[in-house]
Amino acid sequence: MRIQDVVASAVRNSFRNKLRTTLTVIAIFIGAFTLTITSAIGTGVSDYIDTQVTAIGTPGIFTISKATTPGIVSTGPATYDPNAAVSSGGSVIGPNGPTGLNGSLPALSKEDLATIGAVPGITAVNPLIAVTADYIQYANNGTYKLRVNTNAAISKASLAAGAQLDNSTADYQLLIPNTYLENLGYTDAVSAAGSVVTIGIKDYQRVAHTVTATVVGVQNDTLLGSGAELNTALLNELDSIQNSGKPATTAEGYSAATANFDPALSATDVQVLQKTLADSGYSAKTVADQIGTFQAVIDGIVGVLNAFAGIALLAAGFGIINTLLMSVQERTREIGLMKAMGMGSGAIYALFSLEAVFIGFLGSAIGALVAIGIGTPLSSFLSTTVLSGLPGLNILQFAPASIATIMGIVMFIAFVAGTLPASKAARQNPIEALRYE
Amino acid sequence: MAHVNLILEAQDIAKSYGQGSSKFDALSGVSLAVTAGESIAIIGKSGSGKSTLMHLLALLDEPDGGHLLVHGKDAVTFKKNELNRFRNEDFGFVFQQFFLIPNATVLDNVMLPLTIAGVGARERRERGMAALEQLELADKAKSKAINLSGGQKQRVVIARALVNNPKVIFADEPTGNLDSATGLVVEDILFKLNREKGITLIIVTHDADLAARCDRQIFMRDGREETTGTAK
Repeated sequence: MRIQDVVASAVRNSFRNKLRTTLTVIAIFIGAFTLTITSAIGTGVSDYIDTQVTAIGTPGIFTISKATTPGIVSTGPATYDPNAAVSSGGSVIGPNGPTGLNGSLPALSKEDLATIGAVPGITAVNPLIAVTADYIQYANNGTYKLRVNTNAAISKASLAAGAQLDNSTADYQLLIPNTYLENLGYTDAVSAAGSVVTIGIKDYQRVAHTVTATVVGVQNDTLLGSGAELNTALLNELDSIQNSGKPATTAEGYSAATANFDPALSATDVQVLQKTLADSGYSAKTVADQIGTFQAVIDGIVGVLNAFAGIALLAAGFGIINTLLMSVQERTREIGLMKAMGMGSGAIYALFSLEAVFIGFLGSAIGALVAIGIGTPLSSFLSTTVLSGLPGLNILQFAPASIATIMGIVMFIAFVAGTLPASKAARQNPIEALRYE
Repeated sequence: MAHVNLILEAQDIAKSYGQGSSKFDALSGVSLAVTAGESIAIIGKSGSGKSTLMHLLALLDEPDGGHLLVHGKDAVTFKKNELNRFRNEDFGFVFQQFFLIPNATVLDNVMLPLTIAGVGARERRERGMAALEQLELADKAKSKAINLSGGQKQRVVIARALVNNPKVIFADEPTGNLDSATGLVVEDILFKLNREKGITLIIVTHDADLAARCDRQIFMRDGREETTGTAK
């Protein structure tokens, strides 16, 4: 039998019992649809993260914090050390995410900074100053809470309008997130650039102070936090206000520090450097590492969804086995006839396996097409509404290669499922098959 | 010289089914030589072993004992695909229950042996239509097999058996499912093919009239041949 005849017969046979084939195809469809969507989310998110890293990541900078001891759960709390420094300031986004239930992060002392600076390969170390401002006000439009993004030092802002911060000037500058515009009373991002705002802050004795600063630009939200970014001059000014009146005995500590290294270092060399710092008890992370944590979370979620899709496909595989077994049963005589007429067992096997593969193809192709059909408009809808704060994020991206892979996998599962019925058909004895009532 | 025209030769062939106490000897030592162009009737009651004999001659099954020679060579020496090719190219089958694929067209059914042989689509259609015309069924080519009458179905089956220009047609109760008038028409077609095209006929039947029209009759009882007579 010619290959094209085997394929044509397999396709025709799969349409003989339309209802049964449709039901089996639906089962495969569900699995293939889910897989297509989850892989599109995976592609969309990692694509976005890649763009973010290249767009905002400053090469050659680590964020350094004290490595947290992961022993708390297994060994109970560590011994209290009254001399250990605790980070000052309020809510701090450290490299390990916000301070969790364990309370404050272990802080870096001046000695720590010196140790880090002495590590070969590190060119400069600067403590990451965390300031807690009370409010921000533009003109007389009321006061609003101001959240300061401590990651300013390690990233470039993704600007909606205006210019980047100038850290070498003595002028007070800040970048505000585009989400602040409406509340503060700006008509648009362009009108905000260059305006002057008032920042309110309390010192250590809870006495209120104000500082005026220039908004040099408006930035889009990024994964690294959604606060205002301040230039060095403004940051130092606010820090000195919040620490004025502080008793001299308080141990000074920093939640984190930034350390510069040669941006030309290769990825392996950077890892060696991270290893050296880790051995001394410091956790050093690049921007890519920090953004990578988000990717790990998304990957986890996508993985779980994929597992569900896998289960659906497994169930669908049994559906295929069932469908084809019934088909073999119904066509016992036909198989016997074809064998009597000289059709080889191999051709019979191919006929039924191809029928399974074709059912798999139908399910996966329809699943992928429907996923693209629903996902594409949904993705553009989401990026203009819910996800508009994250410009450049197309949550669903359908990559032809991954769709082809999914279809390949589904068809392979179908082929495997078809093995049992196909070999049953191939093993039929023509005489008994013809006698079969 | 006699060997040249000898198509099939059974030498003391035996076949049993089942094992142990349930062992059943369907055939216990039958010898038969089939010469090209003759018509043979295998007659007997059900359980006499006549169908088993036909299946063995048609290479659908292997004998447990004895030898079956195909063109003078023992069938066991042939490979599986060679046997498949024999059945496909040299044999045609006509069954009592027709065994047509119900939802396929008449033409598709007739072309089946050619499809299995791997003949190209165009040649397949030409030869299929030629076989249908021979049986005056060309106008039914596009009909579904399920929509035909019994006589038409059996003519389609004969067209299917003819389409590959076989040397032998095996017919298992070819008129068993037909009324006597239609049965007679089918018989006439088969014997005309035997006469005009020299196709060897091996007919399994319990119909004495049909058996009498054949050149030779093999009477089967309890897996053995009873007597061999020459009709007319």
